[in-house]
Amino acid sequence: MSSPAVELLDIHKSFSRVKANDGVNLAVARGEIHALVGENGAGKSTLMKILYGLYAPDRGEIRIDGKPARFRGPADALRAGLGMVHQHFMLVRPFTVVENMLLGREGVPPVLPMDRVAASREIRDLSGRYALDVEPGAVVEDLPVGVQQRAEILRVLLHGASILIFDEPTAVLTPQEATDFFRVLGGLRDQGKTILLITHKLDEVMQVADRVTVMRAGRVVGERAVRDTSPAELARLMVGRDVALGRVEGEAPAGAPVLEVRSLGVRDSRRIARVNSVSFQVRAGEIVGIAGVEGNGQTELVEAIAGLREVEAGTIHMDGRDVTGSRVAQRQRSGLVHVPEDRQRRGLVLEMSLAENLLLGRQRESEFSGRVLLRAEPILRMARRLSEEFDVRPRDVSLKTRDFSGGNQQKIVVARELGRAPRLIVASQPTRGVDIGAIEFIHARLREARDQGVAVLLVSADLREVMSLSDRILVMYGGRVVGEVPGRDAREDRLGTLMLGGAA
Amino acid sequence: MSLRRLPQALAVPLLALGFSLLVGAVFVLAIGRDPVAVYAELLRGTLGSPYGVGQVLFKATPLIFTGLACALAFRAGLVNIGAEGQLYVGAFATAWAGFTFRGAPALVLAPACILAGALAGAAWGAVPGILKARFGSHEVINTIMLNFVAIALTGYMVSNVFVVPETVHTPEIAAAARLPRFEAFMPFFGGSPVNVSFLLALAAAAGYALLMNRTRLGYELRVVGHSAGAGEYAGIRTGPAVITAMALSGALAGMVGSNFVLGYKHYFEGGFSAGIGFMGLAVALLAQGSAVGVVLAALFFGMLSHGALVINTMVPKELVEILQATVIASVIVSSNVVQDYARRRARERTAAGVTP
Repeated sequence: MSSPAVELLDIHKSFSRVKANDGVNLAVARGEIHALVGENGAGKSTLMKILYGLYAPDRGEIRIDGKPARFRGPADALRAGLGMVHQHFMLVRPFTVVENMLLGREGVPPVLPMDRVAASREIRDLSGRYALDVEPGAVVEDLPVGVQQRAEILRVLLHGASILIFDEPTAVLTPQEATDFFRVLGGLRDQGKTILLITHKLDEVMQVADRVTVMRAGRVVGERAVRDTSPAELARLMVGRDVALGRVEGEAPAGAPVLEVRSLGVRDSRRIARVNSVSFQVRAGEIVGIAGVEGNGQTELVEAIAGLREVEAGTIHMDGRDVTGSRVAQRQRSGLVHVPEDRQRRGLVLEMSLAENLLLGRQRESEFSGRVLLRAEPILRMARRLSEEFDVRPRDVSLKTRDFSGGNQQKIVVARELGRAPRLIVASQPTRGVDIGAIEFIHARLREARDQGVAVLLVSADLREVMSLSDRILVMYGGRVVGEVPGRDAREDRLGTLMLGGAA
Repeated sequence: MSLRRLPQALAVPLLALGFSLLVGAVFVLAIGRDPVAVYAELLRGTLGSPYGVGQVLFKATPLIFTGLACALAFRAGLVNIGAEGQLYVGAFATAWAGFTFRGAPALVLAPACILAGALAGAAWGAVPGILKARFGSHEVINTIMLNFVAIALTGYMVSNVFVVPETVHTPEIAAAARLPRFEAFMPFFGGSPVNVSFLLALAAAAGYALLMNRTRLGYELRVVGHSAGAGEYAGIRTGPAVITAMALSGALAGMVGSNFVLGYKHYFEGGFSAGIGFMGLAVALLAQGSAVGVVLAALFFGMLSHGALVINTMVPKELVEILQATVIASVIVSSNVVQDYARRRARERTAAGVTP
């Protein structure tokens, strides 16, 4: 038997007192898609950074094709045939694909004209061979995210990588793009590339991977052939207990309408109509899910309801009162909370502390502020309580939110919004980037709010999430609501058809 | 600022100072003098005598005001290049109140003069704030332009409206408006014009710290300063926040007149500032936004400013300008270096899910 393409032997890595990797062994055979799964903080990222030469292990050995390797940086890893496709693409957005591909190539003299023609030809060749379908002359920022990702893959291939590492590759993709991406992955494998896929989406593992290694708390807790395992088993390994992500029906029938949207029309910042005569209600004690491929008006709809975007036509009522023109602060006072889809741009002030971020939007509540002065003690108490309750790690209320991991940042936003006794929750992608244990927790909190009579509007690109939580599901396509399905008997294929603009 | 972060806060200015003293030493060596002797003389002339200390405090006083003005704007995400214009307008208003309401008692008149300066500075600062909030035009351009207008306008006032023949200054303020010099009750400061407005500057620094760190307004300004998107989301209206920040910044700059007009010359004089407003940017940068930092940085620049006169016999006083410029440049570099280092440490801690 030939030696594995990648072998990590007894890897140890500690940060101060914490063992991020505690004797990890991982073997990836050439030409397989190997998934590495685990919760946030399980040590996946540390392990990959060690493999990619960004961290030096305290102990342990890396072998590439059976030969011991020692990487002092990504450049070494690249020379050994390793390529990393990052979650946030490393492309220069205003440049064309070719220009990006020429960046950082060795042996290109800095002042001579670049040979775009030859480079374009090379890109077309590779793009064709792996069915990547990337046009060399296109400007990166004009491309859909899915194509940008393929450009990123292309760059790694151009650098001669035979082992590709993907870090949460589908986090930024629409379901359709994800399907295309999996096809590309399959193609890469069939052409002999070795693929290491870091994810915490178990259905992805089941769909594309050949083998899977599960990590928990810095150790490998299992390795399986995908055909011999199940999502339930993997979830149990990851979390260390049974996980329930299925549907739980509400306890009481829904009450009076809390949110009522009538014939709403909204334009985006470029004045393009994004929401067209949308009408619906969300009643007390129900979760209404909005399914749809991202970019079909959900963002603008949510911003209009939250008061962040001007309404072009129609009205928004909360508890029977017209709030169409009211300010964000007024809506907050009437009990609206909002988990924004973009936590880094809206939901958090990255340069401010955890405590100050948990105060965001609540700074005028009399509990936390007098007429002039903020009340430091109640703010700290609230911050400690919420970070405990929502298991934000590390539990340090004075740490800047920039320094928390993505999953923990999302928990901070959710903690703040769900922690404030709302009437109406507008949750946009509430579990994006968080691990399965936290998803279960956030889902439970949303259901709990529903059962206490809160109205919940859930917008998610994750169909499973919409299906497992919603009492009713509205499907948006092209800025309109094109269908409504009761959550109880929603089927993925039917929703999928509606989402892509097909008839119900 | 918590004590834990203190080493980091000090690392930036200390690195910067150390580096710029080295650069300065290179220049001193290049003209064939002994850097140690020059620096020793600089120290002796400034901190070596009560008079020297008084001069440092006197020079630092206006820098504290403009440093606070620029720091407040920075923290609200704005760059106020207009402190210079705001302090001209403010100082003129201070003098105007002082020579106009001659009958008023001291306890009323002096505070009223200071208030007039703050209000005029606030109004002058609010203009670019309103232009930004209403039309989105950038405050950097508008504050710079308003500097020219302010200097020209006050110059016109002095030479055409409130004329004292054969001078470029206004009439003297009423005696009741004068702020006493320290030498009046601490004779060892003898000869130095350092005056009560230094205490006012310290009070302003304390007020600034309270405002930014303890009040809701300060919190909201900081949120908007870091992320307008998050501010909107939190129900903070960006427009009013921008105008408020610019007005407060202008008010602080407008208090500079208390030192020069009420405490020193007792009149407003065209061209009196010579860049104190711009030095405020340097002070704020070195201070990294903290009130204590502003006071310390202002004292440091005040020391350099008086020190330039002291070492003038040994080296050209331009050396001090080189020092000031390298301090500013190295602050920017070292703050990046220190932040990167701190961030890497924090990342490594959180990457590992540390629970302290």
